[in-house]
Amino acid sequence: MRWAPRHIPDILAALGQHLFLVFVSVSIAFVIALVLGIWGARRPAVYSVIITLTGAIFVVPSLALFALLIPLIGLGTKPAVVGLVSYCLLTLVRNVATGLRGIPPDVLDAADGMGYGPWRRLIDIELPLALPQIIAGVRIATVTVIGIATVAAYINAGGLGTIIFAGIDQRYPEKIIIGGLLTSLLAIVADFVLTRIERRLRADRIA
Amino acid sequence: MLLDALMWTIGNWKTMQSAIERHLLMSGISLAIAFLIGVPLAIAITRSRIAAAIAINVVNSLRAIPSLAILAAALPVLGIGLWPSVIALVVLALPPILLNTYVGLREVDADILEAATGMGMTRGQILRRVQIPLAAPAMFAGMRTAAIQVISGAVLASFIGGGGLGDFVTAGIAIMDVPRLLAGAVPIALLALGVEAGLGLMERRFFGAADEGNRTTQ
Repeated sequence: MRWAPRHIPDILAALGQHLFLVFVSVSIAFVIALVLGIWGARRPAVYSVIITLTGAIFVVPSLALFALLIPLIGLGTKPAVVGLVSYCLLTLVRNVATGLRGIPPDVLDAADGMGYGPWRRLIDIELPLALPQIIAGVRIATVTVIGIATVAAYINAGGLGTIIFAGIDQRYPEKIIIGGLLTSLLAIVADFVLTRIERRLRADRIA
Repeated sequence: MLLDALMWTIGNWKTMQSAIERHLLMSGISLAIAFLIGVPLAIAITRSRIAAAIAINVVNSLRAIPSLAILAAALPVLGIGLWPSVIALVVLALPPILLNTYVGLREVDADILEAATGMGMTRGQILRRVQIPLAAPAMFAGMRTAAIQVISGAVLASFIGGGGLGDFVTAGIAIMDVPRLLAGAVPIALLALGVEAGLGLMERRFFGAADEGNRTTQ
């Protein structure tokens, strides 16, 4: 450990960039997936098209996806966010739709009987009931994107990947370990926090 | 632009061909090794609760490490070339294979096992004739996830001198040569999509509807 103690600000800056990339990507993907998921939950045909498309994107290796975006939007944060958003969509849409579909029909009937309109029913009844499942999707997408975001450093998007790439270029194991370890730690913390939120939501619902 | 990439590919067909071969070789060897380690290990840990708990925790923490870091870590320890990449890719492929095989074996109904024991089957016979066939769909789903992981990871192997199709992408990005970059990225995407679709089709043919619930995420 000779490099890390003397470069704490650089490391923190990379960590900040990483968090920014992940937060922006998951947030944008969340909004898109909410719309697609609600739509898909009502129309199975639409749902299968969305899942096939987002599933195909999910399978494309990250470096190849970023590379394919370069001729269209160049280098930097923009293609990185577009790529990361694309990776989140499958998980998020699937969880939104399965969350909404898992609501017992009795509950929906009761809401209709009480005079809820479709929008109010969606916002007041359906989304809150689907929330644990939706948060589970956010958790899986976040953990996935934290890992993939390291590769985005190669297209100049910054983040913890820059430390790993510097370690590869300079054959400097400490940088590879610091970059890898911090990324893993970030994934573990995100998983832990979101699991806690998910559990609390499920517990509240039973009570 | 895609036309330029196609021209580049035709112009450099020899290099392209050897890169594709390298990519497939690297992925194939890694998957085979991961299978040979993962399946026996999964069978072994079904027999001990403590071993299972340890193995699953280790494997789950492995999954938190980004693929790039796993490959990068192979460089200082093992040097450059094909084998460091293969070893890193085995590490990537092991979690889905091990976890899916373990879960598949564990979920075999206890009554079925009891019936098999009652019929006088030995432990080895039960494993071969009852447990593994019943766990096969979950095991196959694990292999499918692992295959995609490995093909994706093999792209990153280019960073540690593993070769393969990733070389065109990294070189293309480094010198901003778009045709070269696409000549790498497009075949990589097609390869991954082809393998995913092919294995999905096999899964449906062998085991009926693909059980998405058996899949661990990337």
